[in-house]
Amino acid sequence: MSEQIIEMNEVNKWFDDFHVLKDINLTVAPKQKIVVCGPSGSGKSTLIRCINRLEVHQKGKIVVDGIELSEDTKNIEQIRAEVGMVFQQFNLFPHLSILDNCTLAPIWVKKTPKKKAEELALRELEKVQIQDQAKKFPGQLSGGQQQRAAIARALCMRPKIMLFDEPTSALDPEMIKEVLDAMVNLAKAGMTMIVVTHEMGFAKEVADEVIFMDEGMIVERANTKEFFANPKSDRTKVFLSQIL
Amino acid sequence: MMNKLNFLKPDRKNLNTYLYSGSFLFFIAIFDVFLSSFFKINITSFLPNLVSFLLPLILGILGLHLIRIEFSGIKNLDLLNKNINTNNFNATLTLIIIFAIIKSIAPVTSWFFIDANIAGDTKEACTGSGACWTYIKIWLRRFIYGMYPNELQWRINISFILLIALAFVGYFPSEKLRKFLTLYYVAIYPIIAFILIYYLISGGTFGLVWVETGAWGGLSLTFIVSFFCLIFCFPVGMFLALGRRSQLPTVRYISVGFIEFWRGVPLITVLFMSSVMFPMFLPEDFFMDKLVRVIIAISLFEAAYVAEVIRGGLQALPRGQYDAAKSLGMGYWKMHIFVILPQALKLVIPGIANTFLALVKDTPLIFVVGLLELVGMLNLAKTNPEWLGFAMEGYVFAAIIFWIICYAMSKYSYNLELKYKTDR
Ligand SMILES: Nc1ncnc2c1ncn2[C@@H]1O[C@H](COP(=O)(O)OP(=O)(O)OP(=O)(O)O)[C@@H](O)[C@H]1O
Ligand SMILES: [Mg+2]
Repeated sequence: MSEQIIEMNEVNKWFDDFHVLKDINLTVAPKQKIVVCGPSGSGKSTLIRCINRLEVHQKGKIVVDGIELSEDTKNIEQIRAEVGMVFQQFNLFPHLSILDNCTLAPIWVKKTPKKKAEELALRELEKVQIQDQAKKFPGQLSGGQQQRAAIARALCMRPKIMLFDEPTSALDPEMIKEVLDAMVNLAKAGMTMIVVTHEMGFAKEVADEVIFMDEGMIVERANTKEFFANPKSDRTKVFLSQIL
Repeated sequence: MMNKLNFLKPDRKNLNTYLYSGSFLFFIAIFDVFLSSFFKINITSFLPNLVSFLLPLILGILGLHLIRIEFSGIKNLDLLNKNINTNNFNATLTLIIIFAIIKSIAPVTSWFFIDANIAGDTKEACTGSGACWTYIKIWLRRFIYGMYPNELQWRINISFILLIALAFVGYFPSEKLRKFLTLYYVAIYPIIAFILIYYLISGGTFGLVWVETGAWGGLSLTFIVSFFCLIFCFPVGMFLALGRRSQLPTVRYISVGFIEFWRGVPLITVLFMSSVMFPMFLPEDFFMDKLVRVIIAISLFEAAYVAEVIRGGLQALPRGQYDAAKSLGMGYWKMHIFVILPQALKLVIPGIANTFLALVKDTPLIFVVGLLELVGMLNLAKTNPEWLGFAMEGYVFAAIIFWIICYAMSKYSYNLELKYKTDR
């Protein structure tokens, strides 16, 4: 057994003829925080969606927490219960209150008793400071509140790993900070995180390592300080000069 | 010339003059039509025929033109001008509609009420030139209960009263029982309904005389057939919709094949086959009542339509909803039961209501297998030698009944829509 919580080995993925992921090798140790950046269409979303098998890879091997991803649905559901995900578009369930959004999966997937699930949900909502919105419906919340609710919903499953796919890209500037704050707190609490984002301030503050992707390949992976201080590849330099 | 142009362009200055002369012309026009339709008096008979016929319209248009005063300051007049009198074309349409209503009120009321008969209990009681409601009155039992024996009709009454009462159970459950409501309506209630109908209406046990389904009929049969078809076609349609979107090719092809087959054949053929062809495939000693066969046939037929309606709703959900549910570890069924279907079904309430209304109005077709519901009984009654010539009354009666049923359903679906509305 290795001590890595995520291992991707020579992972390849195609959308029909289009080669999205090319020979991806990626290992993540427990409690590591990794930020993934890169130009649009470079395959960042696809990469992290492969980790909880929202996308299926065609070649290579992905092992999450000692379980290899395969056709076996039992394994997939087990891994998904351990890997939380936060989306760009929040994807809260609009027909359920915030509290029900947070308790649905714990109750029906993890078989947590309803009372306990609600206590847990309120505690998680409190951590992201929207416990007073618990009874409201997603449509009645601001974007920032919705995204924090989505984070709380994922955390209610007590995941070992959290995946974030551009969690602040759909938000107005004044709401970005409240979401990033919630993520910083989560990082400080020791969560393993993979974050796709263009918020370089966030990367500098919490990331252990930064990965730069382009055209389906991992071009560069480096320690955060190193990555920003002296990037090795030319493409990284160009990208950083555009974004900073 | 100037004067004339001024006259054609009403303004605020001479507001009262225009208002009074316009209204006067308008009311003359209405009055003329009113007299001719209610009292058959033509006050303009001295004019040539065509002019006399068109005069109310001309006067009316002129009148409406005169009162078309912008910003008159009189609230009702402005409202009227804005909504039905914006220009000469609209004014003409308005007048024609008003005249049509006045013209039709007289014959309709006299047919329905004034010249109609309801007393007596033979055909001879109907002396008026209007409707003969006596016919409906005498045949009412048949129209409601079909050939079900008179002295046993209390069994149908009790069953229906019980069923209606049980349908309202959902309104007063305690907090604790609330979560069983769906189970109750989806599973328990239909079973109770079936038991009631099987033991009470059909009979044959507990000392109740057996009444064969061939004797059932009329409105009560309309209800029974519609009720069970609605209940069965919905879940079947839902599974077909899910099947059509399934990842498993076998499931998908079977669903597509099933849906396209049933959508491609006319209902009347399906019913005919259910009574003629279907028994040929069954073992010799296997018996299935024709009412049951008909209900199965209609349910499967309508299920194909329901499936396509529900598929539309599933299609409308953003992919993010599936992603979020999956990312929380929900499997196929949990995802659909708790996340996808509640949202999709809410979206398709109007479409489902549409299909259900069509279903209710399709039930008369069961006459092809010899089952006579409301319309079937009407057709039977109208050929009765003692009551020939009252088809019109029968069809009007049926139309009113069907309209009430369908309007109630459509109101109900509208309420459901409001109740489950959520902001996105
Ligand atoms: N379901 C799909 N079918 C076909 N092509 C897809 C699909 N999803 C993504 N792609 C393509 O794969 C490529 C990588 O997409 P991906 O969403 O991973 O990019 P990204 O790096 O996340 O970009 P962005 O920063 O814009 O979100 C894109 O060119 C995209 O067009
Ligand atoms: Mg993306």
